[in-house]
Amino acid sequence: MKSTKTILAALTATLLASSSALAGDVRIMWYSDGVEGEVMQDMLDRFMKANPDINVTLDNVAYKVIQEQLPIQLASGQGPDIARVTNLKELAGNWLDMRPLLSDPAYWDANFGDTMDWMRPDGSNAITGFMTQLTLTGGFVNKTLFEQAGIEIPGDDATWDDWVDAAAKVAESQQLAGAFVIDRSGHRISGPNVSYGANYIGKDGLPAPVDEGTKAFVTKLVDWTADGKMLRDTWVAAAGTTYRAGADEFINAQIPYYYSGSWQVANLSTKIGDAFDWVATGSPCGTAGCSGLKGGAALVAIKYTKNPEDVAKVMEYLSSAEVVKEFSERTLFLPAHKGVGEAGGLQWQTDDKNVGPTLDKFVAASGKVLPAANALPAWKWASAYYGALVTRVSQVMAGELTPDEAWTKIDQDIADKVAEAQ
Amino acid sequence: MSSGNATRNRIGAAVAAPVTFAASLLNRPLKAWQKLTGNNGMAAFFLAPNMAIFGVFVLVPLVMNFVYSMTSGSGVFLGDRNFVGADQYQRLLDCSNYLNPRTCREDLFWTAVHNTVLFVILQVAFMAVVSMITALILNGRIPARGFWRAVFFFPVLLSPVVVGLIWKWILQRQGLLNFALFESGLDPVDWLLNRDWAFAATIAVSIWAHMGFYTLILLAGLQAIPRDLYEAAEMDGTRPARVFWRITLPLLMPNLLVVIVLSLIRAVQIFDEAYVLTGGGPGTSTLYLTQYIYEVGFASLLRNPGLAAAASIVMGLVLAVLTLVQLRMGRKGEEKGKR
Repeated sequence: MKSTKTILAALTATLLASSSALAGDVRIMWYSDGVEGEVMQDMLDRFMKANPDINVTLDNVAYKVIQEQLPIQLASGQGPDIARVTNLKELAGNWLDMRPLLSDPAYWDANFGDTMDWMRPDGSNAITGFMTQLTLTGGFVNKTLFEQAGIEIPGDDATWDDWVDAAAKVAESQQLAGAFVIDRSGHRISGPNVSYGANYIGKDGLPAPVDEGTKAFVTKLVDWTADGKMLRDTWVAAAGTTYRAGADEFINAQIPYYYSGSWQVANLSTKIGDAFDWVATGSPCGTAGCSGLKGGAALVAIKYTKNPEDVAKVMEYLSSAEVVKEFSERTLFLPAHKGVGEAGGLQWQTDDKNVGPTLDKFVAASGKVLPAANALPAWKWASAYYGALVTRVSQVMAGELTPDEAWTKIDQDIADKVAEAQ
Repeated sequence: MSSGNATRNRIGAAVAAPVTFAASLLNRPLKAWQKLTGNNGMAAFFLAPNMAIFGVFVLVPLVMNFVYSMTSGSGVFLGDRNFVGADQYQRLLDCSNYLNPRTCREDLFWTAVHNTVLFVILQVAFMAVVSMITALILNGRIPARGFWRAVFFFPVLLSPVVVGLIWKWILQRQGLLNFALFESGLDPVDWLLNRDWAFAATIAVSIWAHMGFYTLILLAGLQAIPRDLYEAAEMDGTRPARVFWRITLPLLMPNLLVVIVLSLIRAVQIFDEAYVLTGGGPGTSTLYLTQYIYEVGFASLLRNPGLAAAASIVMGLVLAVLTLVQLRMGRKGEEKGKR
C-alpha cells in the first residue's frame, strides 16, 4: 500500500513537473554569449524569493536552438513563456502585447521606446519585451601582436583597406595563420556594406536588389579570402546560413584583428585573461562612412503563454532600472535602458583593464552608425537578406560562383523568401 | 531436482501467472474471432498493433509530408498554408542542364543531389572493399582475434555527433593530424578547407564509423562457408587468390549484396557525421541531400518547409527504388537457395 502511494505521488510529481502551464510557472528560454546566464539566474532567484507564488525556470540552451528550434515551436503555437531572441522583427507576430498587463507602460515607452519597433509588427504600439543589451558590430585588435610586429594600430578614420593591410603585415611578421576574421553571418558584413554605400531597403519597404555598396565590400572580402588575409575557416568551411564566430581564432592569438561586436567583450575578457592586450576599434571606414550595425538580444514575452500576468510581473522586475544596471555591470553589456544609459556611472565588474576602454570605444562608435544601418534592426526582411548574403558570398569565396552569379542568386533567394511569406 | 531449480521454477511460475491469466481471459473472444473471420482475421488481429504504430509514425507523416510539399507559406499548420499544387516540385526540377547545378533554379538542391550521388558511389564501393578485407583478416588466425573484432566494431556504437567531433578535432587546420605532420617536418594540409580533401574526409569518416557493422555481416558469411571446401583446395595446392575468387567470393555473395544494399540506403541518407564534420563546406562541396532538406526545412534564415517537403519526397522515391532492388535481390537469393 505504501509503495502504491509512493508510486502515485511520484507520478503526480512527474505530471506536475512536466506541465509548463501551471499557474505561477514561467519558463524562460535563454542563451548566453558569456556569463549572462549565471547573472540572470542569480537575479531570478532573488525575484522568486520576493514572489514565492511565481516559479521561474531558466532553460539555458545553445544559440542554435533559439535560431532553429524556437521559430518552429512558435509557428505551431507553442514555446516558452519568455525567450531571449535576436530575430526580433520577423517573429514579432508571436510576441505578447504586455501593455494592458503592465502597471506602468509609460515607464517602458520612456526607457525602451527607441528599440520597441525592433520587436513589434509594423504600425503597432505593443510592448512585447525589452533589449537585454544593445550591441554594435565592430572590430577588436590584439595590441600585443601589433606592438611585437612594430606596426602602428590604424586610427579612427582608417579604412577597411588600411586595417587589413596593417593586420596582414602583423600576420606576416608574427607568422600567424591569417590577418583577420569576420564572423560568418550576413548581419556582420552588413555594417561594412553600408559603410560602402549599401542600402538593403527599397522604396516600397521591400528588399532592394544588391547594390554597388554591397558589391564593393563583398568583392574586397572575397579578394582578401582568396589571398589568405581573411582566414578561410569561418566563411568557406561551411555551407548555407550556418553561423560561425571567429572569436576562438582571436582568443588563441591566431589573428591580430577580429570583426564581431560588443557582445563578445565578456567572452574575450574571460578567455583571454592577461594573455595579451586587446581593445575595440569601432568599425573601419568605407566610402560612405564608418558604420557598424546596431542590434542586440531582447527578452520577449510569448503570446502563447498560459500565465500572461505572471510573465508581465517577471518582465517588470527584469526591466527595472536597478536590475538592468546590475545586469549590465556584471555582464559587461551596453544597457538599452535610456534612464540607465543617461544616468551613467556604470561600474563594470571586472578587473580586466582591457574592458573599460573597449566598452567606451563601442559607445563612441555608436554615433557613427549610418541611417541605412540604423533602419535594419526594425526591418522585417533583414534576416532574409542576411541569409542570402552569407550563403552566396561563401560560395563565391569557395570558387563555386562568380560574383555576378552570386548577385543574381542573392536577389532570387530574397525574392523567393518574400513570395513564400506573402 | 535441486532446491535451486525448484525455487527458480516457482519464481518463473509467479512471474508468468499474470500473463497466463491475461491470455486465458483473451482465449474465448479470440476463439470467437477466429470462428468469425477465419485464419486471415487472426493474422489481421495480431498485425493490428504493429500496423497502428506504423500508420501513426510512418504512414500519416508520409502523407502529411506529401500534402506539405504542395503548399507554401511560413505557417506550420496546414490551415495556415496556401495550396500551390506542384509548384514546389516544378521549382526543384526547373533546370536548363541537370548536370550543371548552376543552371538550376534551386542550384543548392542539385548541388546536393550531385554530391550525394558521387558520395554514394564512392562510399559504397570503398565500404564493401574495406569491410571485406577487414572481415577476411579478422576471420584468419591472428593473435587477439576477439579483441580486434571488438576494436573494429566499436565505432558503430558511437553517436554520429561524437564521430563527427572526434574527426573534426583530428582534421581541422590546427588538429591532431596537422600537428603530427608538422612535428614530422611535413607541411600541414587544409583537410576540411580543400574541396576534394573535405569530400574524401566525409567518405573516410563514414566508412570508419559504419564498417564494423558490415564487417560483422561478412564475417558471419565467411564463418558459414564449409571448412572442407578450403581443405580440399589446400590439398589441391590452389593459390590463395584463386581460393578467394573461386570459393570465398561466390559463397559470400549473398552477404555482400546485403552489405551493398544496406550501405547504399544508409549512404543516401548521409547527414549527421558529415554535418558535424564539415557543415556542408567548403562552399557546398559536402552539402548532401539530407542536409539540404534539414536546412531548407528548419535551419536556414531562408526557411521554406514546402520546398523541403518536396525535396524529401524526391529523396524518398530514390530510397523506395533502392529498397525494391534490395527486396528483389533478397527474393532471387531465396529462390536460388531453394533450387
